Amino acid sequence: MNIREFFPLYEVARDPARCVKCKLCVRECANEVHAFNEKLGVLTADDSKCVNCQRCVAVCPTRALKIVRTDNTYKVNANWTGDAMREVYQQAQTGGVLLASMGNPQPGPIYWDKLLLNASQVTNPPIDPLREPMETRVFLGKKPGSILRGPDGKLIPNQTPQLALRKPILFSAMSYGSISYNAHAALARAAQELGIYYNTGEGGLHEDFYAYGDNTIVQVASGRFGVHTDYLSTGAAIEIKMGQGAKPGIGGHLPGIKVGPDISKTRMIPEGTDAISPAPHHDIYSIEDLRQLVFSLKEATGYRKPIIVKVAAVHNVAAIASGIARSGADIIAIDGWRGGTGAAPARIRDNVGIPIELALAAVDTRLREEGIRDEVSLIVGGSIRSSADLVKAIALGADAVYIGTAALLAMGCHLCRSCQQGKCNWGIATQRPDLVARLDPDEAARRLINLVTAWDHELQEIMGGMGINAVEALRGNRLMLRGLGLTEAELRVLGVKHAGE
Amino acid sequence: MHKTIEMQAAGMDYKALNDSLRAQGASEITVRGVMGQRYLGCAMQDKNLTLYGTPGNGLGQYLSGGTIEVFGSAQEATGDTMNAGEIVVHGRCGDAAGYGMRGGRILIRDDVGYRAGIHMKAYENHEPVLVIGAGAGSFLGEYLAGGLIVVLGIGLDGKYPAGFFCGTGMHGGKIILRCDRKPEGLPEQVCVHACTEVDRAEMRPHVEAYCEKFGGDPETLLGAQYFVLSPNPEKGYHRMYTSVI
Amino acid sequence: MLREGQVRIPAGCAISGIFHRDGTREDGTRIMQSIKVMHDRSNGLGGGFAGYGIYPEYKDYYALHVFFDTQEARVACEAFLDRHFDIVNLSKIPTRRHPRIVDEPMIWRYFVRPLHVKLEASQLDEREYVARCVIRVNDQIDGAYIFSSGKNMGVFKAVGYPEDVGAFYRLEEYKAYCWTCHGRYPTNTPGWWGGAHPFALLDTTVVHNGEISSYDANRRAIEMFGYKCNLQTDTEVITYIVDYLGRKLGMTHEEIAHVIAAPFWQTIERMDEEQKKYYTYLRNAFSSLLITGPFSIMVGFDGGLMALNDRLKLRSLVVGEQGDTVYLASEESAIRTIAPDLDRLYAPRGGEPVIVTLNERSAQ
Repeated sequence: MNIREFFPLYEVARDPARCVKCKLCVRECANEVHAFNEKLGVLTADDSKCVNCQRCVAVCPTRALKIVRTDNTYKVNANWTGDAMREVYQQAQTGGVLLASMGNPQPGPIYWDKLLLNASQVTNPPIDPLREPMETRVFLGKKPGSILRGPDGKLIPNQTPQLALRKPILFSAMSYGSISYNAHAALARAAQELGIYYNTGEGGLHEDFYAYGDNTIVQVASGRFGVHTDYLSTGAAIEIKMGQGAKPGIGGHLPGIKVGPDISKTRMIPEGTDAISPAPHHDIYSIEDLRQLVFSLKEATGYRKPIIVKVAAVHNVAAIASGIARSGADIIAIDGWRGGTGAAPARIRDNVGIPIELALAAVDTRLREEGIRDEVSLIVGGSIRSSADLVKAIALGADAVYIGTAALLAMGCHLCRSCQQGKCNWGIATQRPDLVARLDPDEAARRLINLVTAWDHELQEIMGGMGINAVEALRGNRLMLRGLGLTEAELRVLGVKHAGE
Repeated sequence: MHKTIEMQAAGMDYKALNDSLRAQGASEITVRGVMGQRYLGCAMQDKNLTLYGTPGNGLGQYLSGGTIEVFGSAQEATGDTMNAGEIVVHGRCGDAAGYGMRGGRILIRDDVGYRAGIHMKAYENHEPVLVIGAGAGSFLGEYLAGGLIVVLGIGLDGKYPAGFFCGTGMHGGKIILRCDRKPEGLPEQVCVHACTEVDRAEMRPHVEAYCEKFGGDPETLLGAQYFVLSPNPEKGYHRMYTSVI
Repeated sequence: MLREGQVRIPAGCAISGIFHRDGTREDGTRIMQSIKVMHDRSNGLGGGFAGYGIYPEYKDYYALHVFFDTQEARVACEAFLDRHFDIVNLSKIPTRRHPRIVDEPMIWRYFVRPLHVKLEASQLDEREYVARCVIRVNDQIDGAYIFSSGKNMGVFKAVGYPEDVGAFYRLEEYKAYCWTCHGRYPTNTPGWWGGAHPFALLDTTVVHNGEISSYDANRRAIEMFGYKCNLQTDTEVITYIVDYLGRKLGMTHEEIAHVIAAPFWQTIERMDEEQKKYYTYLRNAFSSLLITGPFSIMVGFDGGLMALNDRLKLRSLVVGEQGDTVYLASEESAIRTIAPDLDRLYAPRGGEPVIVTLNERSAQ
């Protein structure tokens, strides 16, 4: 018996009236969906291989192509949805763990969309950001909470090392390996130009990018790939990755096939070997061990670098953050339930963790209740989709945000969620040289700069409307938020009033 | 010319002690009265430390060169993420020794705790080596990706010298265990074979170094029965997944 | 209807102040005249005064001015004060009946000194001890509200127009080297005397005009340091910020001004290296205490007065000088009406503090 258990989800629709048979689609599709039948002189498509990355659609010179969702359906069932059934068939056939990538695509509350922003009317004035200064610069790091005077009575700056950002946005950790050399090059260049930071992820730092060290956050993850003294001292800050929103509680696995010569050098592992990150740091099984790793990194870098601890937003994230704030870390990064990834088991990605909005609110409130909010700065990520999300995150209490998916989109990603296959037609989540070459790092950097600059302008506009002209006066300013259609419990956790109150 | 100096660590906190070690112009430094101070030799490049007492956690973490010799035992995370150089412990060592170690060598006279050599890896001419004189705790060489772990089983009368789950998930490197009988019940990612002359030649310089530091006869040690654990290429993790459509 | 503190009420205002550098004390007549000129900047829902140097006979004692809603509140509060302080004098604050000042609570005054044993046991410095006691009464004893708690100074406030409030409290009978005054224009009916200004903690008093946009960011920051913003007013949070930076961290008033009304980054970037370092440090290290949105404030303290505008100068403030006397007000007319012949009159720039102190203090 050979039954095909499911019909391809997407169909390639080719308009023969428009198609000029240039075969560009054949050449561009790394998934080998398109083919040219020489004998019949026609272009064919194997829909079953299509991941709907939109590459062929975008390059087709005559707009002869589109990808459409199939109208083939299983018998409609609100409980056993088509996806649920298909995944059972797939696992029954392969015995495999379902592997997925990018952020959780399932429906579910997006609290950003249920928060509304304030604006000034009469009792205080809005400010026009085009005419008057509108400040979005931020520093990340511990605040001293005291002052120090020299013998002459003058103040002596007594802060610990800080990160200075011209805009409250950083590019999230994405390793070289999960994304391409050209994608890393674009992030590094854009970060430098924007006066912000990008993050190496856990795959080490390519020697070509040491030049961007002042705008680089170097990550130390459980696999310790590429971690050595030069790496640590090159970055502007060091991030200890404890967890990731897309896959809290589990490690990572870069298959040996992606570990080519360059990645081998950067990760400092032999070519072709799997790069496996354990789920925990094996020198951290408890909060006091985190303190040990934090201070070992400070010792290794002469106390010159702020240390970031990145955690996934999980149920007791507020208590965890409190522990981190007391561990000597300078910055806490929290990654939400909808955060992206190059590969994660789908069940974990979609079911583990909590939304970043709630996690952020809970953490900020908790740290303030304990009087230790100034011990650390807060960066949040895990689906910041627009400047509106950015503003709401800051008003809930974040100092800055990490953007990952939005940055990938700026570079051309179309969210086909197939990164794990390594055949990214946009040259981003792949190591295949012919595909990587499709991403022009200068062009990608320009688009990243555009995106962040545009968001910064929008942030300024919104702040101006509120009569706030420095982003620090927006931070944690929850009176600027109102909930819409939220339950008492949700409002309580978010620490905001309902609209109209 | 090597300059030598001696220091007393009693009562100093780790930051003061490490600052003063870093500030020393001397390349040979002896520290007495060490008691729990962390991160000694952390990220050190080129000094030779001789420590008396019980250094704290993170001894030689990110070590990039030079040597650390401890007359006493070491605690947790010794040689964590170490890149080069050598750590010699005249005593036992706590958990997670050599975690993520990429190069250099750690010689431990006696036992080591849980998860020794976990996630060790090799790279180009970096070939990390961990030699344990007596026995090791469970999860020895878990996720091993490269390098060499030798357990000499001294004083164990030929009994299996490691705990449970030795080499779980290993996908590179080699673990050599001294024991009379072929270890049983190891994780499926591990292949076991009796020690060959090639394996013996590979461990020889490290056994000799061990004996030079701690005494004993290398030939007697090398003449014993060993088994070698290496990754099973059939049992990697890549077959585990199926992509969501 | 919710009362102030249960709901946040934005307010606009008028402010006025008189300061004698030479320590000359004058009665409350002229400050009442001055604020009356700006009658239309208030709406009758709050007015108040602070006078410094008014209790020379009790200058070593904390003068607590307290509103009580009920006898029970008074009993509870006095029991608390008894446990923590040596009370050397207590009385009702003298008032006169006034047709436009109604629904007054009981208004009492206590001159107190911390109980030595209690103070020792608390391991706090004396001022922190008093501040904590005041915050505790206001936070925990229902119906009792200590609205003035400094030495040799006092706050007098009520619901009403400020000139009526001054008459009600018989301010012509008090002599001060420094007077500040406030007329309030809240956007809601508070109906509660505690919500009027000045707002005070120990000898720091703040009168304020404007509605700040950074309120909740500032509130949530300052509450980490043991303060409770029960009134939800801008003035309250500004007072606590000034108290925290000054009394607790040891900043000068000028440094405080540079934190709460910091220069813009563009301005800082044009400064010389040392100044750049100084301002960058203050903006970074105390960023949560930057105040944005419109404000002009007068901060009274023992021996001095600081006036400050927000950095965009969204509110008006003028300063007049005549000999050793300095006048400050929202409008020039409020100064000219009591001091027509000034040596100098100017409007300070946004974010630039005007700080005046007693000559004898500055000489020290």
